[in-house]
Amino acid sequence: MKTQQTAWLRWYPVWSRNMRVWRKLIGPALLGNIGEPLLYLLALGYGLGSFLGQKIEGLEYVVFLASGLVCSSAMNTASFEGMYSAYTRMAVQDTWIGMLTAPLTLRDIIYAEVIWCGTKSVISVAAILLVATAMGLVADARAILVLPLGWLVGACFGSMALVMTSIAKTYDFFLYYFTLLVTPMLLLSGVFFPIDGMPELVQTIAKILPLYHAIALMRPLMIGQLPTDVLLHLTVLGLYILVALPIAIRLISRRLLR
Amino acid sequence: MDTTNPVVNIRSLCKSYDGQRVVDNFDLQVQRGECFGLLGPNGAGKTTILRMMLGMTPPESGELNILEQPVSQGSYQVRQKIGVVPQMDNLDPDFSVVENLRTYASYFNLSGEIVRNRIQELLEFARLTNKADEQIDSLSGGMKRRLTLARALVNAPELLILDEPTTGLDPQARQLIWQRLRELKHSGHTLIMTTHYMEEAQRLCDRLAIMDHGKVIVQGTPQELIDAHVEPHVIEVVGNDVERWQAQFNKQDSTRFESLGESLFIYAQDEKPVIEDLCKFSHLDFIHRRANLEDVFLKMTGRDLREE
Ligand SMILES: Nc1ncnc2c1ncn2[C@@H]1O[C@H](COP(=O)(O)OP(=O)(O)OP(=O)(O)O)[C@@H](O)[C@H]1O
Ligand SMILES: [Mg+2]
Repeated sequence: MKTQQTAWLRWYPVWSRNMRVWRKLIGPALLGNIGEPLLYLLALGYGLGSFLGQKIEGLEYVVFLASGLVCSSAMNTASFEGMYSAYTRMAVQDTWIGMLTAPLTLRDIIYAEVIWCGTKSVISVAAILLVATAMGLVADARAILVLPLGWLVGACFGSMALVMTSIAKTYDFFLYYFTLLVTPMLLLSGVFFPIDGMPELVQTIAKILPLYHAIALMRPLMIGQLPTDVLLHLTVLGLYILVALPIAIRLISRRLLR
Repeated sequence: MDTTNPVVNIRSLCKSYDGQRVVDNFDLQVQRGECFGLLGPNGAGKTTILRMMLGMTPPESGELNILEQPVSQGSYQVRQKIGVVPQMDNLDPDFSVVENLRTYASYFNLSGEIVRNRIQELLEFARLTNKADEQIDSLSGGMKRRLTLARALVNAPELLILDEPTTGLDPQARQLIWQRLRELKHSGHTLIMTTHYMEEAQRLCDRLAIMDHGKVIVQGTPQELIDAHVEPHVIEVVGNDVERWQAQFNKQDSTRFESLGESLFIYAQDEKPVIEDLCKFSHLDFIHRRANLEDVFLKMTGRDLREE
């Protein structure tokens, strides 16, 4: 009864474990996934939008917001999963140590976690897509392409989050990352308003960070356009993964396998 | 017993943490079907050795062959045929008992009918059949330990590595684990275990090593160690007058005194003169017993507490 898993699929049982845990709490999870964007769209989109009295980049504010929220929720979901949840599995529950006594390597586990972060982002993007479609805020069927992009954005933020996890001593440590990186990105990358009016320096910094590129790819697809400079944006997101992931694996190895 | 190809073959294994040697030129050969015990005070290096055997800690130097495969860092294949009971339980709290077993089996790429049957057998083996759907939080310490043992067996391992399998368990729970470990030994498994319970080691292990500061001090069967290192008779004396008795007692050269707290341990080749003399001090309480592994352990590793 012994069969060896094909090497490149060894992430699968770890991913599947996370999926099964998530499914146990699918009710509250989906409620959050659907309820939160719904509240934002109602309160900010219609509520705040009605005061604006003008279109933003030719769009109703609520449409502009919906196309930004898909990106920020992909970021938030993967960041939370890669920090709080992954840290729990690494340092609190010793889940990874348990896996390491089976024929899995740390690399398999970390790949699985990144793929899982991407998966969770896809779920949250899908939820918003559903809500936005029901509210008539999505232009046409090409918007479906935000799902695979949501995975990439999730994998990108998941990889970055795992670097934080690898050096965290407590949950509180993650507040630094949220305060210094996630929140500024959320506010300054164009989720809630276009960044054209911001100081030059802020714009430059925003353009180095991944959320800007996620928005550049996903927003056009939500509003019936096609993104430009696709290769550039994909490359930036890919580079973040390519840099963060090996660092995360290295540091977590040093922490668990010493 | 097959002595040609040891299941575990370790030579001159070394490991340091922060410049401190914690495993120092450690050698070990374990034959197929043997139960080998690794004993030593806290911090002796037992867990570190087991982790190196599993490829979970990189050795500094030395040779490490498990199941005839060299172990190197990141070599996960060797773990395909090993079952592990870690010192600290790491059961998945998000899953029920049976889900824990199923999930762990999936890490070995095992699923389907055969595994379902095997899991049923293991639940019975661990006497957890009626707890199959319970969450981990609701299990007692003994049940968790039994589940961890069952989990270590899902992949039908040839070698079992057990790091303090009965620490913290009540006598009944410990008896059940002992019985299971004996069954595993009789069905041909090779076992390597650590323990702080000398009685456990003496009952279960064919051979054992007592180690300290990363080095093996003595090695052999429990009886060999007792015969070679301590006198056959032990008399433990308690009472506040022990010193007065000790001062007047005309002891033979072969008799050894060891003080531990309020008690005096007397190790003797011939117990009769000691007992006769002790009877004269009617207010002294004493018991006479045969020497056991604990006496060897205390002699070899000293009586001081290990708290660095
Ligand atoms: N990851 C680590 N980093 C630094 N030092 C470590 C690490 N793991 C173990 N040590 C040190 O190595 C020594 C041996 O530890 P080990 O856990 O192997 O002992 P042990 O024999 O299993 O002890 P116990 O009976 O308490 O379980 C100890 O001094 C311990 O502090
Ligand atoms: Mg230990």
